[in-house]
Amino acid sequence: MAILIDKTSKILIQGFTGDKGTFHAKEAIAYGTNVVGGVTPGKGGSTHLGLPVFNTVKEAVAATGANASITFVAPAFCADAIMEAADAGIPFLVSITDGIPAQDMMRVKRYLRRYPKESRMIVCGPNCAGVISPGKAMLGIMPGHIYQEGRVGIVSRSGTLGYEAASQMKALGIGISTSVGIGGDPINGSSFLDHLKLFEQDPETDAVLLIGEIGGPQEVEAAVWVKDNMTKPVVGYIAGMTAPKGRRMGHAGAIISTAGESAPEKTEVLRGAGITIVPAPSEFGRTVAQVLARKT
Amino acid sequence: MDIHEYQAKDLLAGFGVPVPRGMAAYSPDQAVYCATELGGWHWAVKAQVHSGARGKAGGIKLCRTYHDVHEAAKNLLGSRLVTVQTGPEGKPVQRIYVETAEPFERELYFGIVLDRKAERVRIIASAEGGMEIEELARTAPEKILQVVVEPAVGLLAFEARELAFGLGLNIKQVAAAVKLMLGAYRAFRDLDATMVEINPMVVTKDDRILALDAKMSFDENALFRQRNVAAMRDPSQEDPREVAASQFDLSYVGLDGEIGCLINGAGLAMATLDMIKFAGGSPANFLDVGGGASAERVKNAFSVVLGDRNVKAVLVNIFAGINRCDWVAEGVVKAFRELDIKVPVVVRLAGTNVEAGQKIIRDSGLPLIVAEDLADAANKAVAAAKAA
Repeated sequence: MAILIDKTSKILIQGFTGDKGTFHAKEAIAYGTNVVGGVTPGKGGSTHLGLPVFNTVKEAVAATGANASITFVAPAFCADAIMEAADAGIPFLVSITDGIPAQDMMRVKRYLRRYPKESRMIVCGPNCAGVISPGKAMLGIMPGHIYQEGRVGIVSRSGTLGYEAASQMKALGIGISTSVGIGGDPINGSSFLDHLKLFEQDPETDAVLLIGEIGGPQEVEAAVWVKDNMTKPVVGYIAGMTAPKGRRMGHAGAIISTAGESAPEKTEVLRGAGITIVPAPSEFGRTVAQVLARKT
Repeated sequence: MDIHEYQAKDLLAGFGVPVPRGMAAYSPDQAVYCATELGGWHWAVKAQVHSGARGKAGGIKLCRTYHDVHEAAKNLLGSRLVTVQTGPEGKPVQRIYVETAEPFERELYFGIVLDRKAERVRIIASAEGGMEIEELARTAPEKILQVVVEPAVGLLAFEARELAFGLGLNIKQVAAAVKLMLGAYRAFRDLDATMVEINPMVVTKDDRILALDAKMSFDENALFRQRNVAAMRDPSQEDPREVAASQFDLSYVGLDGEIGCLINGAGLAMATLDMIKFAGGSPANFLDVGGGASAERVKNAFSVVLGDRNVKAVLVNIFAGINRCDWVAEGVVKAFRELDIKVPVVVRLAGTNVEAGQKIIRDSGLPLIVAEDLADAANKAVAAAKAA
């Protein structure tokens, strides 16, 4: 079933009636995603885009059976919205919102630990482009048409660099099972490792492309796990070869603050774990094609 | 966002962290006035720049007379302080801090950071004060004491006590150190800091604990609810190109190459810079024009990129998701018509409304170089910069 979302996912939109929520809800529905309603506190009982609006996530889940959610909620209120979804029993959430304070996300991560691991909500983002299982469902802000349906998984911090990779792959006729954005923030809901584990288990994924960047420990953590546990081939790229130390490169989390966080250092760790390195960002498609050819 | 030492001390003091008495000054006369107000016989005159290692760079002067204070202030104010952290151009000294200098017995290290691996706040302490903590972590990691704070309850008194005893303090000093640590933690949490560093934290002869130096950094994403902190921003300490970009709400980082870059998305921007390097060129900047880039926004981005005199060619690389290629193309054309662009411009468009965007570029009749893909764009930009 790809990972995280497919045709059967019943999707809720938090921040449904705002400009961004409205625009991307329309796009998701046009893509064929099963959007069942939305939440905007104070607008419960009305309808929007022909779908019901609720005051709280709990009411929405009770009425629609929603099992995935996406937040288009302003940064100051988004951590609260994520925790509300967790408390309402939503198993999977994507947060697009850019600009959530890091300490708010720290509290979110602590709050999620109230739930046992097997029923704990999986969060993608914040500050990500979302998740798409091509041909099945789209829970994000990506242009759906650049993704071809297929059997390679993508997990990426960046939205646009993920688009670049997906379109290079499509140009070579390579399709994607699911593309996951984990976002550019220093503290995020789920890591490269979390999604590599899901791709490893997914019968519809043959190989995974990991697109990381400078800053933070998550690429290295994933590589360590890949070395000993991953049976499927992994292709990797770390963006930011020219980034100076201590400077924030757009993403709140893209900053080299300590040893081991630069692109050359992370690339070496990935290589050492048996991950095939993409030699330049123009070579995502060709490198994945070579790895797939080797496999068969 | 970084702030000055005197501002950090002022904030920390508000949370009960003991600091030496001091006053900020903007002129030598004012510095002398501060010294007379503070009283005592010894003063430290400290250059206020956003950098560590000021002492080794001559930015901190110990003075015994009002005349010394005047001379020290005169020499520092208006100069540029070059430290190992600032780069060769240094940072301008526009304010100084005059502080009562107290004799002390021991120098310790105390720091608080947002730990991305633990996804929690980490407290770091060491008996080796005055040293760079990264240096110490490499050479003698066993000398570093650490506590990872449980966010639901915050730093607990017993945890601070364990650290204080671990630093070898006596019982009277332990009580003072616990007060400092708990106060600094509350400041970190309540003000949305990402880093607090008290190095050195000193023990005085009469068993007090003082923050002799203090550094704080803050989460930019939280400044909306930290107005007092946001007001402490000092643009003189930042790259003027970045200050100009921030006025347009553009994410910009100045680099030292010659290809100006205008890209959407932080990841694609970093990768495009990588691509320029692979193609044998060097990028002049990182610039993420962001989602929903209107023609006006693209024009503003051009003016920021071209504000850098080293730029010999510009590369526009857009992969439109929530953006639309036709808006970006209109922005490029608008920039060409309204700004005096003398350097070659390479444009690569992909994604939403790409045909409409390319048509606008083609029909404009402007000398724009169209690129097919990422590699083509980087190669053409490097070639254009070399020919210029």
